[in-house]
Amino acid sequence: MDIVKENAGMLSNMEVYTLLTELQAGQNGQKKPNKFQQNLATISYEAVKYLENTPCKDQTTEIVANFMKALAPFKLTKAEKLQLLNHRPTSAVEIQLLVEESEERLTEAQIEQLLDVIVEHLGSDPEPEEEAMEDEAS
Amino acid sequence: MFTAFIFTFHVIIKTTHEFSKYKHQLRRSVIETLNKKLANKVVHNVGVCISLWDMTKYEDSYLLPGDGASHTIVHFRYVVFRPFLDEVLLGKIKSCSKEGVYVSLGFFDDILIPADALQHPSKFDDSEQLWAWEYATDDGSHDLYMDIGEQIRFRVVDETFIDTSPSGPDSSSIDVTEQTDETKKNPYTLLGSINEPGLGLLTWWNNT
Repeated sequence: MDIVKENAGMLSNMEVYTLLTELQAGQNGQKKPNKFQQNLATISYEAVKYLENTPCKDQTTEIVANFMKALAPFKLTKAEKLQLLNHRPTSAVEIQLLVEESEERLTEAQIEQLLDVIVEHLGSDPEPEEEAMEDEAS
Repeated sequence: MFTAFIFTFHVIIKTTHEFSKYKHQLRRSVIETLNKKLANKVVHNVGVCISLWDMTKYEDSYLLPGDGASHTIVHFRYVVFRPFLDEVLLGKIKSCSKEGVYVSLGFFDDILIPADALQHPSKFDDSEQLWAWEYATDDGSHDLYMDIGEQIRFRVVDETFIDTSPSGPDSSSIDVTEQTDETKKNPYTLLGSINEPGLGLLTWWNNT
């Protein structure tokens, strides 16, 4: 076996999740792993289980494409955009973590904008506690 | 955390009784062979192989004299788990020991956050066998324990590949038992760090 090209392209969690769920369901020309493919069955099950708990579960190709367009003015690197997509940060401290030297590259207003863009395109975490409180109030 | 790698692979398909259906089966057989060979395996200096992404090119299949199998060289892309350095990942704490905190992603377990890469200052609680971050506040310090099973966010700082393929027979050593007792090495290990604001247990940063 020869490696022709390393890191031929970074994949977002969403893409891998879609691939593996299609594989498990036997859709899109994929075939369900049969009994001779224990390894594939194991890794796809475990990876899907992990990815289900990440924000990628609700993302679609369209959402991701729009999100990438919306990120263009921030001049982030590819890896940083990917991380924003995979992690869906909700606070400034997370942005600082994912964007290198964010203090110098982004102003505070920009970080706020970035958070707004993320909420607009990727949604925010469902917060059951708050909803419950609202229910009580109404 | 996932990337695609382009490989070429010499696929040998034993055609025996399926020969009549061969034409329709080629694509499927190749996919099956590749997934069987690679899925859930660590390839040296590549990473953990997850699943086939797509096939880009088949070269002509050929037969060898005296061999019923068909040989095909296939170019394909494979999904590989290989986080880049400085990538931030989310995992669960698997166990704690004096060396540091072991983290699992569910499908990949060999992640260690060494003791010197934990939040500063941290201490190891011998009775609980857990690490704790001694978080200083105005009224003394709080011990924030890193319980097993908690979600933890960490940065990948280093990766190591160890070639675990069996080495050839060693003529000098006759003592076979000694070799089999060797501890199992992990072919691919990640080193993490959480000594930055925002890293560590998710619950630490939820309210900020």
